[in-house]
Order: sequence, then structure tokens, then C-alpha cells
Amino acid sequence: MKKKKKFSPGRLVVTIVLVLFILAWVVPSFGVFVTSFRDPADIYASGWWSVLPHRENVKTREITLPDDLDPDQPITIEGYTASFAEWREGIAVTDEKTMQWYGNKRSRRVDVFERKWVGFGANLTLGNYRDVLTGGTITFTDATGNTITREGNNFSSAVMNSIAVSVPATIIPILIAAFAAYAFAWMNFPGRKPLFVMVVALLVVPLQIALIPVLQDFTRWGLTGSFVSMWLAHTGFGLPLAIYLLYNYISTLPRDVFESAYIDGATPFKTFVWLVLPMSVPALASFAIFQFLWVWNDYLVALIFLGDRHRVVTSALASMIGEKGQDWHLLTSGAFLSMLLPLAVFFGLQRFFVRGLMAGSVKG
Amino acid sequence: MREDAVETASSRIFPHTFTIQEAGMVQTDKPVLRVLGLLALVAITVAILAGGFIILQTMQGSKILMTLFAVVWGLGSVALLFFVMNSVAQTMPRKIRSVAVAVVFAGPAVALLFWALVLPTLRTLFLSFFDATGKKFIFIDNYRFAFSDPIMLEAFKNNLLWMVFGTSTCVILGIMISVLVDKSKFEKFIKALIFMPMAISFVGAGVIWKFMYAYKGEGINITEIGLLNAIVVALGGEAQAWLLVPFWNNFFLIAIMVWLQTGYAMVIISSAIKSIPEAIMEAARVDGAEDITIFFRITIPSIMPTIITVTTTILIFSLKLFDIVRVMTGGNYGTNVIANEFYLRQFTYGNSGQASAIAIVLLVVITPVLVYNLREFRSRRTLK
Repeated sequence: MKKKKKFSPGRLVVTIVLVLFILAWVVPSFGVFVTSFRDPADIYASGWWSVLPHRENVKTREITLPDDLDPDQPITIEGYTASFAEWREGIAVTDEKTMQWYGNKRSRRVDVFERKWVGFGANLTLGNYRDVLTGGTITFTDATGNTITREGNNFSSAVMNSIAVSVPATIIPILIAAFAAYAFAWMNFPGRKPLFVMVVALLVVPLQIALIPVLQDFTRWGLTGSFVSMWLAHTGFGLPLAIYLLYNYISTLPRDVFESAYIDGATPFKTFVWLVLPMSVPALASFAIFQFLWVWNDYLVALIFLGDRHRVVTSALASMIGEKGQDWHLLTSGAFLSMLLPLAVFFGLQRFFVRGLMAGSVKG
Repeated sequence: MREDAVETASSRIFPHTFTIQEAGMVQTDKPVLRVLGLLALVAITVAILAGGFIILQTMQGSKILMTLFAVVWGLGSVALLFFVMNSVAQTMPRKIRSVAVAVVFAGPAVALLFWALVLPTLRTLFLSFFDATGKKFIFIDNYRFAFSDPIMLEAFKNNLLWMVFGTSTCVILGIMISVLVDKSKFEKFIKALIFMPMAISFVGAGVIWKFMYAYKGEGINITEIGLLNAIVVALGGEAQAWLLVPFWNNFFLIAIMVWLQTGYAMVIISSAIKSIPEAIMEAARVDGAEDITIFFRITIPSIMPTIITVTTTILIFSLKLFDIVRVMTGGNYGTNVIANEFYLRQFTYGNSGQASAIAIVLLVVITPVLVYNLREFRSRRTLK
């Protein structure tokens, strides 16, 4: 491991393996990213990798043959002689150049193709994003040239719904859990020990166990399909991990702080708001990112409690896969939109996220 | 510190918690005014909670406005609730005040946990002994279904594939990558790339991989637009509808989970590897140990506890896995899993009894991990 860095077969193998891993991890997302900017008709006609620079036969010119040429005889064009059938197939006159008869015998046209480097020349468009964001009807042309009219996916509304669900469903559990973690760490009350053991036990309980009864409650209270139901559900399901993580942090805060606050006459509430919360920012941030990504990316809870009334991005995307499985221009731009915010949060605050993961991420 | 840390921490800091005499937020000199002020505060809180809820339920029009309102109201109500409850608790007689304050602090969380997880577990257990409508007691019939129905058996078999192959691949790749990138120039960059899918939803990953596996069908002049088929064709193979190939399609779905979760395994394992004291490695090298020997004799044993934690986490994850299967195949073509069957039973067939039984089975399978966690917790106590 601490060897001199010089060339050796071992190092080469390691490098190749790492490059393969990186490709396997990056290429799938990159393909979707590229596709989301391509014209719908192009997407079906060629793979997304064709927008990358590569060598391809490019038509460079057309030769119009004289009208009196008899296509049933061997035809000589620019010094090359072959029958019509051969010309029709296309003839590679050199390594770089191919000539091919266009259409039927009457066209009297020969196209000349040359192998050339092409790249980044594909017509890229933002139209897919416009189409997927809109709530109205959209039209696009498919591979065979048909014009297709579809109901828009109203992804912009789904993004707003996702924000309306995720932001409170991230901050509310943090607030409630921070109060509880402080109580578990620094207060005396009956039943504290068994209650905390319960929190630890609930860390790994699968969500499925709670879905049916909670849905029954929401139905009884008339809450199904509302944002409030999502906040309540995500708060409840996120609390065990939140309390556990924040307890680990808050219980290690220096006791002097609390003693001097106590001597200065601060109530526990004031101590909590003005001392504990500001001092716990790293732990709060760790959990916040964890919970935000979890809520934003959640599909199961949204599917069951929110239904179709306020579709969030995951359910909007999932229903698109079901209804429009082949409309890749909509699917890819929708998928990329759904990843935009979590990826930004992830790359911006990766440090906190990793810390949250380390602290024990056995989420139910 | 082998004692119960929860106990000692608080008694250390607030040895006389019950003597805290400080006033609440709304305390004034006159008790009548104080009570009146408190009542007004409670009334305002209730009004804001109820009013906001009604507005939110009936709100039409601007999505942005509605979202903004939802966010402000949701957060404001919770903060206000804590403030008001604390103010009420502060008016309690001195002797019970400290307990009252503790109840205000821990109460909402405990109540929510009971409502969202503890009671539902019992209610689900109860439901699992009843028929589809939840009216007729049929005892263990639902469990008989869960363990004998061919659909369930197939789901169990597939979950086993997920748990064995998905988990082991994630962990092995995680170890491999952390060891290979350790101390490399591009370590941070490579790890960030492998870790990135953790930020992507399973549904989003579903789109990404559905596109990878895309298949256009038989025929001449068809250009495959899915990368996997394009590679297969370029290598002289025949394009396939990968998600329809019996049995093996499970592995194409498992690949998605590996893609999503290897980053998690890698990050945790990598930090464990970095915490192995350099002196041990150095000593082994001085003794002439090969890299391979060091890996199997020192690295792996040192990070074994971490490997176990990561493995159990991913095991639980693959047991509960739902989104990927739901989005990619809907559980058809022999790819069904337990969590998807749970969803189908409850929401497609409307059989809450059978769905509940499946949920209970999930919980029972996870119980060993739960018990292990509790024992770990008891042995650590300090919860560091």
C-alpha cells in the first residue's frame, strides 16, 4: 500500500478495475441525462451514445446520373463499375468512402458517404423539459414520423407537491425529536429507560407493519390525500432514527453548559432553544439531509397516503413509467428533474450526510 | 460508566431538577392575568391549527402559494404547540413541574411513536387473524396462505435471491472499492461517484435502468437504443428483453439495488478501514506479509463488526424492497417480492387480513436483527 508509485502490472489491473467501476456507476445516469436533451424522434432512431464524438458515414455529396444511362447495364461512376444491384447495396470504393444508389432505378442519383468524425452535432433541445413540466396537452413526433398528442404530466406541480411534503416532513420530526432527545438525555421522568429501549427497537421495524392501521386512521379522520397526512406519517416513521441520532449527540454536550444556564435561571425550554439547538447543528443537519432525501425519494408512503390528488415527483414518475413506458423523452427529462434537488443537496452537504449515515442508518 | 448512562447523565446535570423555580414564558405578577394570558394563548394556538388546516384543505389555485402556506403553517404550528405546552407546564405546582416539563419535551415524540408504529404493530397483528374485510375471525388462515400460496412461495424465493445475491454483491463490491481506492489520488472523486446513486430515488433509478435494458423488438434495421442490448449486439449477440427472461430477470433487478446501495457499503467500510491503526499494518509489512495476506489476516478481521452492521442493514433493506420491483415489472414475469405482494393484497385485492399477515411475517423475519440491536445497545449503554 505504501509502495513506490511506479508502473507495475498490479497497478494497471487496479486502475482498469476502478475505471470499469466508475463507468458502470456513471454511464447509466449519464445516458438518461443526455437522452433528456435529445429530440424525441432521434431518441428512437439511435442510441444516446451517438451524440458523442464518433466516426460515422456522412453523406458528402450527390451524383446525378445522365438521363440516357441504362440502369440494366453495368454502370460506371467516377471510374468504378458495377451492376445496379451492387450500387443499390452500396460499394465501399475506398476505406473511407462509400457510394450508394439512392432509391429505385428511376432516381438516377448516387450518394457519396465518407467516414468522418461527428460529435456534439446532434440537435439538442430543452423541449422535453417543457413538455414534461406542462399540465396541458403536448405534441411530439415519434420515430416513424407520426404526430402524437398526449396529456402533459404536470411535473412542475409534482415538484411543488414534493417540496410541500418534504420540507415540513423534514423539519417537524427534527424539532419533535430534538425536544425528546434532550428530555431522554438530561431530564428525569418516569418510564424514560423503557421508552428509550422502545425507540431503539423501533429503528428496524419495517414500515409495512404500520401502513394499514395508519391508513385506517387517516380515512376515519378524512385526511387521506392531504399534505398533513404525509407530514404525520413521515414524522412518525422518521422519529426513531431522529431521536436515536440526536440523543447520541445531545447526551455528549458538556454538562457545564447546562449547569451555568441553570444557575443563571434559565428554564429548560430556554436552555433548549438558546443552547442545545445551536450547539447541535451538525447532528441536526446530518439528520435533516438524511430525512429530506428519504422523504423526497419515498414512493411507498406517497403512493398509499397521498394517492393521485397531490402527486409527488416519485409517484408522477412511476405513473409515467406505467402509462408511457416508451416515451423516453418524457421519462428521462422527468427522471432528471426528480433527481435535481436531491443531487444538489447531496453534493452540497455530502459531509453531513456521510456523518448521518455513520451514526447508524438502520431505518425502518 | 458501565452504569446506565441515560440515568447518570441527567442526575449529574440536574441534581435537583424539581427545585427549578423559574417562571414560564407568560408569567406575570398577578396570577389572574397569568391564567388569562395562558388561556388566550391556547385559544390562539387552537385557532391557528384549525384555521390553517381548513384553509389548506380548501385552498385552490396557486400551487406556489399553497406550498409556501403549507410549509409555514406546518412548522409554525409545531413550534407554537411546544411553546404553549411548555408555558402551561410552567404554571404547574413546583413539585410536579419538572416531570410536567419532561412530558412536554418527550411527550409528543412518544405519542407519535405509539400512534405511528407501536399501536399499528398490534393492530396489524390483530387484523392478520381476520378475513379480507376485518370482520370475521379466521385465526391462522392468513398465515397458512402466507406460507403455502404459490405466489407467496415465489415471492419468498425471490426475496431470498435479493437477500443473498444483492447483499453479498453490495458488501463485496463495497470492500473491493474501498480497498482499491484507499490512498489513491482520486479517492474522494471516485467515492463520490459511486456514492451518488444514494441520492437518487428508486423510481428514478428505475427509469435509468429501464432505459439501460430497453429492447426494441425483432426485425431488420432496428437500432437498439438500450445500452445493454447495443453492447450485446456489438459483441455479436442477440438483443433480449432482459426483464422478461425468466429467473434471470431477478438478477437484472438486483443489479439496480447493487448500483444504489454499494455506495453506502463502501462509505461505511472505507471509514472503518481508515481507522485501522497504521502501526499494525506496518508491523505486518516489516514481518514480510504480502498485501493479500494483510487484507485477509488484518483488514477483514479488523472491520468485521462494520461488515456485520452493513450486511444486516442491506439485508433488511432487500427484505423490504418494494419500489424497484413495483416500477420495473410490477412483480410480473416471476419477479414478485414479499413487499410487493403486501401492496397487491391490500390495495389491489383489498384483503387487509392477508396483507397484515404478510407484514407480520416481515416483522418476524427482522426480529433477530431487532434483538441483536437491543443487546448491542444494552452492552454499550453510553450509545457513543
